[in-house]
Amino acid sequence: MLTVAGLEKYRGGDSLTGMSARDSDWEGVRLHVVTGKGGTGKTTVAAALALALSYHGRKVLLLEVEGRQGIARLFDCPPLPYGERKIGIGLGEDGRPGGDLYALALDPEGALLDYLEMFYGLRHAGQALTRLGLVDFATTIAPGLSDVLQTGKATEATRRRARGREVYDAVVMDAPPTGRISRFLNVSVEVSGLAKVGPIRVHADSVARVIRSPQTAVHFVTTLEEMPVQETLDGLAELRALGGMQLGGIFINMVRPHGVAEAGLGAAAAGRADEAEIALGLKAAGLPDSQALAADLAIELTDHARGVALQERERRELATVGQPRYELPAITDGIDLGGLYALAEVLRAQGAA
Amino acid sequence: MNPPPVPVRLETDALIDDRRTRIIVCCGSGGVGKTTAAAAIGLRAAERGRHVVVLTVDPARRLAQSMGLTHLDNIPRPVDADFPLSGSLHAMMLDMKRTFDEIVEAHADPDRATQILANPFYQSLSSSFAGTQEYMAMEKLGQLHHTDEWDLIVVDTPPSRSALDFLDAPQRLGRFLDGRLIRLLTAPAKPGRAYLKMLNAGFSLVTGTLTKVIGAQVLKDMQTFVTAFDTMFGGFRERAESTYRLLQTPGTAFLVVAAPEPDALREASYFVERLEGERMPLAGLILNRVHVPAATRLSAARSIAAAETLENHEIPEGTEDSAGPPRYALAAGVLRLHAERMQLAVRERRVAEHFTAAHPTVPVAEVAAQPEDVHDLKGLRAIGLSLASRAAHG
Repeated sequence: MLTVAGLEKYRGGDSLTGMSARDSDWEGVRLHVVTGKGGTGKTTVAAALALALSYHGRKVLLLEVEGRQGIARLFDCPPLPYGERKIGIGLGEDGRPGGDLYALALDPEGALLDYLEMFYGLRHAGQALTRLGLVDFATTIAPGLSDVLQTGKATEATRRRARGREVYDAVVMDAPPTGRISRFLNVSVEVSGLAKVGPIRVHADSVARVIRSPQTAVHFVTTLEEMPVQETLDGLAELRALGGMQLGGIFINMVRPHGVAEAGLGAAAAGRADEAEIALGLKAAGLPDSQALAADLAIELTDHARGVALQERERRELATVGQPRYELPAITDGIDLGGLYALAEVLRAQGAA
Repeated sequence: MNPPPVPVRLETDALIDDRRTRIIVCCGSGGVGKTTAAAAIGLRAAERGRHVVVLTVDPARRLAQSMGLTHLDNIPRPVDADFPLSGSLHAMMLDMKRTFDEIVEAHADPDRATQILANPFYQSLSSSFAGTQEYMAMEKLGQLHHTDEWDLIVVDTPPSRSALDFLDAPQRLGRFLDGRLIRLLTAPAKPGRAYLKMLNAGFSLVTGTLTKVIGAQVLKDMQTFVTAFDTMFGGFRERAESTYRLLQTPGTAFLVVAAPEPDALREASYFVERLEGERMPLAGLILNRVHVPAATRLSAARSIAAAETLENHEIPEGTEDSAGPPRYALAAGVLRLHAERMQLAVRERRVAEHFTAAHPTVPVAEVAAQPEDVHDLKGLRAIGLSLASRAAHG
């Protein structure tokens, strides 16, 4: 569970007096692509962002790619079949209930069948192709194809209209990890090697137009650790080099409070933790063997202080790229639904949604 | 109440000292320090007298630098260090496209090779598809083994989405080759036999649909590629299968790497079950980044209680004297910090125990969390040492 102190700090704003969140930094963005290095909590952040975006009266779709079923685990429901279904109510606000959150677990096969049906009315032929191993074929030998089918589904959902308006107010895609993201999103180029003309090419081009429009933003999830930060910077640079894509926010996940005043941390980081002062306190608290205990706790403090110093360095590194940054507190004991809503609230307060 | 399950200890030193161990495969989900573990094991083995090559798939730049390597380019590069027992260490990074190109060049006549290398399907297959990486890692492992230049190969498996794509490579290739689609594309049905007639009917449906969906030109490229590649497929599969069998021999040891977190250990369980199912020799689990508080004798609950006592001693805000901040603030902060660390340690212990309860026979070795990422051989050495020393949690 979140410690209250931890959460209040991140809520920003004045949540106690019921003041509403500030405006979103991403007005006009309808497709939020969320990427991040493995282990940084990409799926969790995507889900929290989707909850934050589905406020009163809104309808949001949370998409995951490659059939990982991370969403089902997070929302504690059985594996999602291929199909859009409601999995929750968004974050409420000012006493009003949240909107509707839908989810879809994409896999290349389902996306292919969808594509065939949608564009050619060929559901049965599609099933025949599946039986004949076309899907295996597509995933084994025509890599760009399965990517374009999945991004295609995301852009289709983003653009889908019914009764004169868009069906979804926002689509959040839990995308492949940072190492693969530019290739995944650069569909048109990936496919062009395979198909210079023809329907796949036309499809890829229309997908690319949505991805490269102001309607789409690519967000990065990282922790304050060296490798994830480096991958984030590399990923941002890669996307920037491709051109035409809107870079999104940097979501700094699993941030832990410092816990100890700056002065104490500084001394500890320099290897001069004040053992005597700690021992004095331990003694006052009635703990036995305060000298030896203070020595051990000083080791822990030094360790912690070095960690904090490293985090600060990574934080500064992230600040150099100039994208909006959001900080999410570490939730210990695993993420449950309550934790997800807490994160959604934090994101809303900081203007990510 | 039953006592918590205690795992058998994984003796990594015994494993690397045993000359019969020829291949160590590190597998695990992404972000658990798999590559670092592989490099640390390789270094330790070299320092204990083995001739080692570490095959990594996608190392972080800093890890390559930590071994003093500026470029990793599909060729084993010597790591410059002192190996007292006349051991040696090489490291290489898999370049899947180059590995693939080399196979094509080695196994097809020049004309055909040129034709294949220029085919758009081949180019996209060899350079951008994630599955190719697993397959090429397997191929490279086979090649390294055949040269017999090293007596220990440490492999770091690709960060696959599905856990053991590495092991699936030969089968997937087989399934692909035996696939009806390939047969349809390469050899339109001969008349006469009933099922072929059916396929023939299917064929026009398939090619018709394919043309409609992906376009005639793509289909043509596809057919050209498959036809040109056809003669090589058999050799591919044969080699993949022989590497697969090599992995099943007692000279191979699989190490599953995980962090003490529920998700990573769930993946680890899956790996263990898969390896057992495939009759692959599993040596054990490396539990990486275990947090060990320095003062385990003070429980989280007592630590919090003590912190509260001190915090209640604090002078109310606005009334503190000029002597400075409250004198117990540091101790209270440190106690809160310690409580958090103890809670983390307890949680980690619990998920590790769950794993051992489910897999009681799998030996486990722990690596204490390092304060910083690895930057040099010293850092790698520290990990190797932590791995070899008694369980982190005493």
